[in-house]
Amino acid sequence: MTTDWSWIGDHTDDLTTLTFSHLQAAFSAVFFGLLISLPLAVVAHRIRPLRGLLLGLSNVLFTIPSIAVFVLLLPVSGLTRTTTVIGLTIYTLVVLLRNTVEGLDSVPAKTKEAAKAMGTRPLRALLTVELPLALPVIMAGVRIATVMSISLVSVATYIGDGGLGQLFTDGFQRNFPTPVIVGVVLTLLLALVADALLVAVQYVLTPWTHRKQRAA
Amino acid sequence: MTIYTSGKGHLMIQFDAVHKRFPNGTTAVHDLSLEMPEGGVTVLVGSSGCGKTTTLRMINRMVDPTSGTIRVGGRDVLEQDAAELRRSIGYVIQQSGLFPHRTVLDNIATVPLLLGWGRRKARARAEELLETVGLTAEAGKRYPHQLSGGQQQRVGVARALAADPPVLLMDEPFGAVDPVVRTQLQDELLRLQKELSKTIVFVTHDIDEAVRLGDRIAIFRTGGHLVQCAPPAELLAHPADDFVADFLGAERSLKLLSLTALEGIPQAPAPEGGTWELVLDGARRPLHWRTEDTELPVRPLSDADSLLAALNESIASPTGLVARVDADGALTGVTSRDEIHAHAGLAHEEARAA
Repeated sequence: MTTDWSWIGDHTDDLTTLTFSHLQAAFSAVFFGLLISLPLAVVAHRIRPLRGLLLGLSNVLFTIPSIAVFVLLLPVSGLTRTTTVIGLTIYTLVVLLRNTVEGLDSVPAKTKEAAKAMGTRPLRALLTVELPLALPVIMAGVRIATVMSISLVSVATYIGDGGLGQLFTDGFQRNFPTPVIVGVVLTLLLALVADALLVAVQYVLTPWTHRKQRAA
Repeated sequence: MTIYTSGKGHLMIQFDAVHKRFPNGTTAVHDLSLEMPEGGVTVLVGSSGCGKTTTLRMINRMVDPTSGTIRVGGRDVLEQDAAELRRSIGYVIQQSGLFPHRTVLDNIATVPLLLGWGRRKARARAEELLETVGLTAEAGKRYPHQLSGGQQQRVGVARALAADPPVLLMDEPFGAVDPVVRTQLQDELLRLQKELSKTIVFVTHDIDEAVRLGDRIAIFRTGGHLVQCAPPAELLAHPADDFVADFLGAERSLKLLSLTALEGIPQAPAPEGGTWELVLDGARRPLHWRTEDTELPVRPLSDADSLLAALNESIASPTGLVARVDADGALTGVTSRDEIHAHAGLAHEEARAA
């Protein structure tokens, strides 16, 4: 078992392709996760009895082992990227749904009442008052879901996908640690960069949260 | 059932046999018939749970009545689209209820934007209102949490005024600020009201605030019963029953004096050569009372100050004399404790006779 760093130089094209493929899978999962979570969270937030049901369901889905999810999806979508994204999306729901519901819960009652009393209709109040104010909590969920998805993509190697995860199987099969180490480092870097980007996005989207209190 | 009317102006808001029972069975408002004249400040007071806030909230349909009719400007509120009705009525709530994620300017522009005025026109209007409520243009760029409680409350008033609604609902708007700021905000509101003549419905549990601001005061008792609705002087002189009398407090007669201005009460030249001498500065502004070895503070009063303030000063003054000044603060004369007492009694008799 020896490392050979020159392997990196010989495989830059592959590494680039795998990195982008990895990112694409993770971001798609978070994107679709949000697309599903937002409306479900609004429903869970508005209709109390459904709240426990929906949150419970997302918890249960989270406990299914990832390999099992992929196997179960095989008859539906086969050995494709779709299977990977569906599987990962299911896992993002647990954080995205919960955080979005909690984000909506965190909007002060006085503020919602003010919006209503000014004559804002419910949908507009949701889009222009409730969701923006829930954003910090929602974004915290998006950050966790993103990092989680980036680390989970590798599992899809079992179905022939898995982005940088393919480096692990490659390394194990050949008893050659270099691709494994490179895969781990790249995954880690991706997670860190993605998280930093999301922090920056949140900073830009929520200017009111970081303006200092100034003397009047 | 009594219908309370006032002689002046048209009726802007009318409650006719309004009843509100909540799903949990509590009756918040019981058989309420009340009319609020255009351009007047009607203050709803009572202890918590008396239905005053529910009454206010039924005007812009934040709560719908179980039975009865509420008309604003002659139109039944239940026959109007709730959101559109609300845009036509200004609303100020406790702790201002500002949108934390919008700048002060955007907060004020809320209703104009909902009405589709367009961003530029809405912002121009918001800038104008900043000045109206005594805030700087610079404050407009800030977020609500960057302002003091009093400033936030001013923004709340500006936001309510933005679309120039004829009716303003104020639900304990000054409840969360300290007494000094509260007095300032009350003064500001009275000044604004002089200019704008809105029909204001104001909810408070503070009877002093009610007496200060109200053209008419409606007192509610637990269970949603309106006990009495009358101008402050009439209420203080003729409380309808023990409940109202208790609510007005033991200093009810003194509160009545707060409604009478000093204007017209005779004054004499300041005494000279006595034990106490009133010391003036170069512009004839009173500085303090002085004897050979001590100085005592003086609080000069202008014609706009109340008989209550004069009574207070006459007790505090070592000579029993109240220093009277003109608008520039220059001494115009003094009034004796006896004179103030006599007029205090007179004011009371007049109110009782009215």
